[in-house]
Order: sequence, then structure tokens, then C-alpha cells
Amino acid sequence: MKTMTGAKMVVEALKDQGVEVVFGYPGGAVLPIYDEIFQQNEIRHVLVRHEQGAVHAAEGYARSTGKPGVCLVTSGPGATNAVTGLTDALMDSIPIVVLTGQVPTFMIGSDAFQEADTVGITRPCTKHNWLVKDTDALGDVIHQAFHVAKGGRPGPVLVDIPKDVQFASGKYVPPAKAQTAHYAPRVKGDPEAILRMVEMIEEAEKPIFYTGGGVINSGPGACRLLREFVDATGFPITSTLMGLGAYPASGRHWMGMLGMHGLYEANLAMHGCDLMINVGARFDDRITGRIADFSPRSEKVHIDIDPSSINKVIHVDVPILGDVGHVLEEALALWKARGSKTRAPALAKWWAQIGEWRKVECLRYRNSDKVIKPQYALERLEALTKDRKDRFICTEVGQHQMWAAQFLGFEEPNHWMTSGGLGTMGYGFPASIGVQMAHPDALVINVAGEASWLMNMQEMGTATQYRLPVKQFILNNERLGMVRQWQQLLHGERYSHSWSEALPDFVKLAEAFGWKGIQVKDPADLDAAILEMLAYDGPVIVDCLVEKHENCFPMIPSGKAHNEMLLGEAETDGAIDAKGSVLV
Amino acid sequence: MSALKIKKGSSSHSAYDLRDPHAEGLEKHTLAVIVANEAGVLARVIGLFSGRGYNIESLTVAEVDHAGHRSRITVVTTGTPSVIEQIKAQLGRIVPVHEVHDLTVEGKSVERELALFKVAGEGNNRVEALRLADIFRANVVDSTLESFVFEITGTPEKIDAFADLMRPIGLVEMARTGVAALSRGTRG
Repeated sequence: MKTMTGAKMVVEALKDQGVEVVFGYPGGAVLPIYDEIFQQNEIRHVLVRHEQGAVHAAEGYARSTGKPGVCLVTSGPGATNAVTGLTDALMDSIPIVVLTGQVPTFMIGSDAFQEADTVGITRPCTKHNWLVKDTDALGDVIHQAFHVAKGGRPGPVLVDIPKDVQFASGKYVPPAKAQTAHYAPRVKGDPEAILRMVEMIEEAEKPIFYTGGGVINSGPGACRLLREFVDATGFPITSTLMGLGAYPASGRHWMGMLGMHGLYEANLAMHGCDLMINVGARFDDRITGRIADFSPRSEKVHIDIDPSSINKVIHVDVPILGDVGHVLEEALALWKARGSKTRAPALAKWWAQIGEWRKVECLRYRNSDKVIKPQYALERLEALTKDRKDRFICTEVGQHQMWAAQFLGFEEPNHWMTSGGLGTMGYGFPASIGVQMAHPDALVINVAGEASWLMNMQEMGTATQYRLPVKQFILNNERLGMVRQWQQLLHGERYSHSWSEALPDFVKLAEAFGWKGIQVKDPADLDAAILEMLAYDGPVIVDCLVEKHENCFPMIPSGKAHNEMLLGEAETDGAIDAKGSVLV
Repeated sequence: MSALKIKKGSSSHSAYDLRDPHAEGLEKHTLAVIVANEAGVLARVIGLFSGRGYNIESLTVAEVDHAGHRSRITVVTTGTPSVIEQIKAQLGRIVPVHEVHDLTVEGKSVERELALFKVAGEGNNRVEALRLADIFRANVVDSTLESFVFEITGTPEKIDAFADLMRPIGLVEMARTGVAALSRGTRG
């Protein structure tokens, strides 16, 4: 085993883990590590402008590559600024490894300058974290950290490294010798449960696949198996926000996204089905609506690698604990071996019913030739970019995010980066930087609202410095659109602080950072603006001025069931009653 | 919530489950959690209970295998059957947690708690305290002319009963360890 300083060990361990990019920000407690980074060229370091940006960039990197994203930040404020990103990654099961500096071990607990109880603060928002007090243990812990971040249900981990541990010399443990055996979540599903699922599929008359981010986390292989299984059964498939792209939007069996702002046909099919096969989703409250009336007549199968997801919210009839890819592989093999068939006449009737629901055309909106409707802007963005196989879409959080999920089609996994569980405004722009770092030649578009976008606008300098041609497509309604929509629906149109006052001139802002800025407000100019954005070789802001008071439909109001959806232009007075209004 | 007059048990009007957990029949379970003996592991377990709103009725922790770096945490908790299942699944997810056993459902088990009682008094009360201690097989571990400290081991119910008897005859204070529990029989 080689002897080296702790700081050198960090860089060595990252190289051994195949890390290519680190997003970070230096400070007193990580100076020895930055000194090592300075003296090598294998790992690229991206200097962000705020630690929250580093973590979201690492998330974007991880979601778009399937590899863990890595951050390096200093102690105290560096670590606390990373907390939102860690929580975001925990909620959405994104593998990231955050390395934090810490004050020297002999000063821990003395309220030293830039000291914070980092492992204490981040304990509930990481999958696991470590404070390393011994240089000999550092290599081992970093390898364990990668193992835990990637293994089972992925998630964020944090390693806190005191400055004296970075300076001291110790023995470096290579990855092959690291103690990782104790964390080995079960990946193979119970064969009996898989058989039961196959039997239920053979008997189902009104089935539906309900898939989530777990399919994407399981990898491209799992997505291929899902496609094969869906095509073999001919069942309709819907997905959560997190799972978009696992099954192609152009696929024959695709129903569109489900949930609070999901498609009418997807939600009605969930409500009316007799067999629900949940593949890597977690019955989030944005999906279920009112629990007591959630899919009341169906038998439910749930494939999940996390035992705590099973029966947490919705009781299921057949739980299958395991990795989606492994379980689908077994299920498909069994399906073929049995020569299984579905009930064709019943399925034809079910598809006919779905066809009836589709006729509602739930995404219809009233277009205008005077003002750009946000839905129209996204329809045009889709039309002008959907042939680009290298198109990656990020979003911020709010109405624009839901419209993007409704109007953009995803053909492949890992091409859609959005903050689902935590709903972090300010996620999308730094995430787009992380995606572009991983895919330098790809088309990376962040569909944003102006309010979310301003939350991490400091990262403009990062994009400029690293020549990242990220496209910021801002649907500017000068409102916190989703907040305003809820205030309209349940607070008597009292728009308390949901205005974006004192907005910058986005074109001048872009130019101030050496970007291109485009403003568009006439629907007739929209295509030209999008094409100009696509043609420009560098970062662009498109300030797309849209209808200010457009509402996002369809919508399952809080506290309602799937079959109580509001459609566009609906009468919204009293849509949410007092009981629903306490919910978020 | 009260301002909106949400009736407890009216989960049918909510996207969240607002049912009163007490309406569904609470169960008391004793869990044995075998953890790696590392810094912060107790905080992880306790943080899980407080963060997700679970109850802790009693908790004990100590190293049980020095060479293997294992500690045993015994938690007594109450909840509906689904909450108990969720607690076990959440505990199992913590990286340094090696095993989670629900002693209440995994066959028969024995539970013991140790308590120290300080009882002060004179005359007849003193005699009565000693007589009761004898019945409960409590030992005197400290004595002055006006007080005793008793040591008693037993189930939590036995210790409760002893406390109830000692209270009127001069119970000053008590210290309890919380429950330690093992399954019966040969298997570990």
C-alpha cells in the first residue's frame, strides 16, 4: 500500500473511481486538496459560483450519465450551502458524492472559524455520511462512499475531511481492498412473486404499467427490458415525472405522464384499472391524490429496491423487492418460457376506453396570435428540437416544469433532468451546466421560469468560464406562476408576493456575462428566436415573454381523486375545498 | 388544521393520510437493532424516529461484541401495524444497521429492565419498604438511617408496580435503564 498525504489520497481515490469532473469551490479547510488538484490534469475541476450550484451541477452530471456526480466544498458555509442539493438528490435518488473540508480534528467542537457540525447537519439529508479522523481510513471511506452512493436505491453521500487529516500521511487503500461488503442490497426478486405477477398479467383485463425514476436508475438495460416487456404484453404505460424517457414518448403504448398535472387518460386509466404494475415508483402524493380513492378496484404489484417504499403509502398485493432490471429480466424470461398470452378481447376493450378518454384532448389550450402561450412556446421548442438525438432538457420548478413534462417528448432515459421530490427552484440552470460538462457537444436546454432561474443565476459566470453553450429558455410571465395559480384557486385571487418585481433586462444580463440574449414576445417571432438560440455556438438566454395568468391544466386539485380532474378553461371556483387547502 | 375543522379520521378528504393513528389500534413492539459500533450511529437511529414522527417508549444501547464492533440497540415503540413495518424497513435502510429483529413477532422473548429506587422515611414506612422489597426481590444497595436505595430487575410492568407501592411510603427518586430483551430458545 502506498503512503501519501490525505489530500493526495483524495485525488488518488477519485481517479481510481473513474471520476472525470469535480464541481467545487475552494476555502480554508480544503486548501491541501485544492493544492493537489492544481498539480494534476486527469480530473477536471469546475469552479462554480455557489456551493448549491455545485451540487445541482453534480446532479445534472449524474442524471445524464448514470455515474455519480462529485462535489468538493469547504467547511462551515461551504457545507451548509450544499444541504439543499443533498436533500434534492436524496428525494430523487441521485448518486452524488460530496467531499467537505472540516476544521482540524483538535479544533472540532471549539466553535472554530468556519466550523459546522457537517455530519450532524447532513445526516438526515444523505444516504450516509462519514467524518474521517484518521488518514489511514480516508481511502477506504471514499471508496465506501462511492459504493453506497451507487448501490441499492442510489443517493447522496458526504465525506467530511478535517484539514489535519488532509495534511497527515497515511496508507492509501485501493478500491479493491475497501470494506464495501457490508452494504449489499438485494437485487434479485423473489421468483414466486415474479411468477404471481406474470400470472396476474395473463389474467388482467384493464392493466396499466406505472413506472418511475427507479427504472432509469436501474440503467439503460432496465429501460430496454421495460420496453420489451410492455411491447410483449401490449399494456398501456404511464410514468411519473421522474421516469420520463424510460419508455419512448413515441412508443405505441405510451399514455403520457400521470399525477397532479398528468394526462387525463393516464389518470383515468390508473383510477379504473384492474391491475397496476408499479415499476420503480413510490406512490408519491403528487401521484396518488386522495389515498382513500386511489385506484380502488385494482390489484397492485410493486417492484422496488427499497424495502421502505413497499406499503409505505399504498398497500400492495404483490411486492417484489429487487432491482428493476433484474426483476424485469426474470419476468420476461418467465413470460417467454410459459408462452404467456394476454386476454386480447378484454385488452382491446380497455384500449378503446382509453381512446375515449384521449378524445378529451386534455392538453388543449386556447392559443393566441397576440401573446405567446407558454404551451405554444414548448410545442414550438419540441417541434424544432425533437429530431436532435443529443437533446437534454433540464427544468426549474413550477408551471413551466409541468408544461415541459406535458409538451416535450422523451425517447431515451437520462435526457430529462428535473427536481421532482424536493421541488427545488434554482435546480435547472446549474444542472444544465453539469449536463453540458458531461456532454460537451450536446444540445442542453434549461426550460425555466424567470423566478426559479434567478435563484441560481450566479452560475452564468461558470458557463462563460468553461465555454458551456447552455440554452436558457425562460418562460417569463413575471409571476411565480404555480404559486399564483394556487392563490387564484384557493386564496381568493389575493396574489400575495407572487410577482416577479424588478426583473433584470435579460438581454443585457446575458451580454454582461458574454452570452447572447434574445427577447421574444410576438408569437410570430417565436420560431425565429428558437432557431437563433439553436444556431448560436455559446450560452444563450431566451427571454420568452408569455401569457401572465395562464393556468396549468389538467390538474387534480389537492385532496381530490384521479377521476376528479380539472381540465383546461374549467370552472375553478371552489375547486379545492377547505380540507384540501391545508395540503401543499 | 383545527381552524379548517378537519375531522380526525377523515383521510378520505385529503391527499395525505390524516387518519388518527390511535384509531387503528396501536401495538407495542420491542425491536432489537444490531449496529456497527461507530460514531453517530445512535444519532442516526434516534433521528429516524424523531424525523419521521415515530414513538420511542424506551431505548437502551451498549456494545455487545467488542471484537466485532457491534452494539445492540433495544427500542420499545408503539404504532399501528403498518407504522411498525415502516419503522423496521426504515431502520434496515440505515447503512451501519446490520440486523433488525422484531422480538414481539419473532417468537417468544424475555424482557428485563433494571431500576434504582431511593426511598426515604422512618419507623413503620421503613419496615414496610423492606418488606415490599423482599416480595419484589429487590436488593438494598445503599442505606442510611433515613433512606434506602433499592435495586430491582424485572419487566417494566413489575417495576411500575413496585414504584406504585413505594410512592406513598417515601419514594424520592428513581432511575430506570429501559428494556433489554432477547429471544427465547437456542437461536440468536
